[in-house]
Amino acid sequence: MSVDVDTVTRVARLARIAVTAEDAERMTGELNTILGFVEQLNEVDVSGVEPMTSVIPTSMRRREDAVTDGSKAADVVANAPATEENFFMVPKVIE
Amino acid sequence: MSDLTKLTIAEARAKLDAREFTALELTDAYLGAIDAANETFNAYVAVTHDKAREMAKASDARIAAGQAGALEGIPLGIKDLFATKGVHTQAASHILDGFKPRYESTVTANLWTDGAVMLGKLNMDEFAMGSSNETSYYGPVKNPWRAKGSNTDLVPGGSSGGSAAAVAAWLCAGATATDTGGSIRQPAAFTGTVGIKPTYGRCSRWGTVAFASSLDQAGPIARDVRDAAILLKSMASVDKKDATSVDLPVPDYTAALCQSLKGMKIGIPREYRVEGMPEEIETLWQQGIAWLKDAGAEIVDITLPHTKYALPAYYIVAPAEASSNLARYDGVRYGLRVPGKDITDMYEQTRAAGFGREVKRRIMIGTYVLSAGYYDAYYVQAQKVRTLIKRDFETVFADGVDAILTPATPSSAFGIADQDMAADPVKMYLNDIFTVTVNMAGLPGIAVPAGLDHKGLPLGLQLIGKPFEEETLFRTAHVIEQAAGRFEAPKWW
Repeated sequence: MSVDVDTVTRVARLARIAVTAEDAERMTGELNTILGFVEQLNEVDVSGVEPMTSVIPTSMRRREDAVTDGSKAADVVANAPATEENFFMVPKVIE
Repeated sequence: MSDLTKLTIAEARAKLDAREFTALELTDAYLGAIDAANETFNAYVAVTHDKAREMAKASDARIAAGQAGALEGIPLGIKDLFATKGVHTQAASHILDGFKPRYESTVTANLWTDGAVMLGKLNMDEFAMGSSNETSYYGPVKNPWRAKGSNTDLVPGGSSGGSAAAVAAWLCAGATATDTGGSIRQPAAFTGTVGIKPTYGRCSRWGTVAFASSLDQAGPIARDVRDAAILLKSMASVDKKDATSVDLPVPDYTAALCQSLKGMKIGIPREYRVEGMPEEIETLWQQGIAWLKDAGAEIVDITLPHTKYALPAYYIVAPAEASSNLARYDGVRYGLRVPGKDITDMYEQTRAAGFGREVKRRIMIGTYVLSAGYYDAYYVQAQKVRTLIKRDFETVFADGVDAILTPATPSSAFGIADQDMAADPVKMYLNDIFTVTVNMAGLPGIAVPAGLDHKGLPLGLQLIGKPFEEETLFRTAHVIEQAAGRFEAPKWW
């Protein structure tokens, strides 16, 4: 499978990365090189093989259902580019 | 005083306990070395002079009180991927500009508990995506090694290039690093240092900036095998904050050194003999086999038939996980924000400006392979192949093989701004051809220096072990180290 410039532009939109027409053109070539490389996986017979979900045998650990952390609003927003009263500030979303 | 920087961790610990010098003197020796040489190497992206001296003084107090920890007073460099409270933590990316976490990663917290001293944060490929340290927002790191009679600057490998270069150039006694596809072992091999990626789950990933969560694992880069064993012992732990960390006791890895290899079975996988591999890599591999045989190990030929599919499967799984992990960098919660005409435009402009080319490339690949209609063809197929890769290893281990010996890299260090690599991303990816299988299967792997090539550059061998049998790797790597000797870059800086 290979991608064209329109697909690259659509994927960039999904990934929320602004791309210029020139970027999209260049990325199309690069992505096709990589997709061409991974193509060889199709020659592997995977019938009856389960996809990997964990490399080590694990069972989900549980903890006591209790509040163990929190009240760190100031820490949470400390590194944000724009905040007000411990809220993240973003451009207006609702008209 | 600069001689102090030449000591191994084990030597420095003994001398600190014997009061031959203080932890502050040792730290000052390293800070002096960094101040003199970091401009040349670009290994550190932040040097924490005051914090280092403060920690060293606290170490001196604990030593005086007879309460020295396992790493008391040992100055370490920390890869910029580990969250360090109040200190530069940016994964060498522009998008995390100014980020100073309010918390400490579990791995570094463990090191400080054992008395280690932080010298600063080490350069790396942006978000650990790269094999040459050239994708860093802070620019490339120089390898302290140069080819004989040449003054061409070489890469230290990546992504833990700053870690490897700093250890090799005596700018820290040891360093933390991380390995998602080879990012500890390949730079260790390129710089004549020892690097171990432990079994997935051995070190907590909490507070380590995530790249590909099912593959990422922290480990040390050190001057020798013993130091790597000492560091891993402190770094490893079970952690409530990382559900994938394992609740297994952490052994004293140094106890495994100097044990005999008698009765051990070492597997030699035929699939690691790749086309175009330089003759001297093959020679080095044969030399490694001979050393292990001399030490009493039995050598057996093995087959890992799905080896060639590990790298392509990795370039689906790792970008897929990365595209998800890196979705959090949106200009809202931390780091860079570039204004836009609305919120979506703000996200898109921020991510366009904040991520470098390689990171964008991988996010794009990941987004594509996870997108509707392609998920089964790419992602599920790759995860099935991954099961087969793991099964290959399980089969040989079930047949009685204790460890597997391979070359660490298909070449020695290459030049900064190599044209071939720049022109074709896949060429760069091939650097990890021998290391990536280990991440895909979650196994431990160690790179140990084994010789120099005709250019006088270090080459490493890799040992791959069974899950949580790092001791076997230290024991076997120590035999190689004893036979090969240690390699130091001739000082030109």
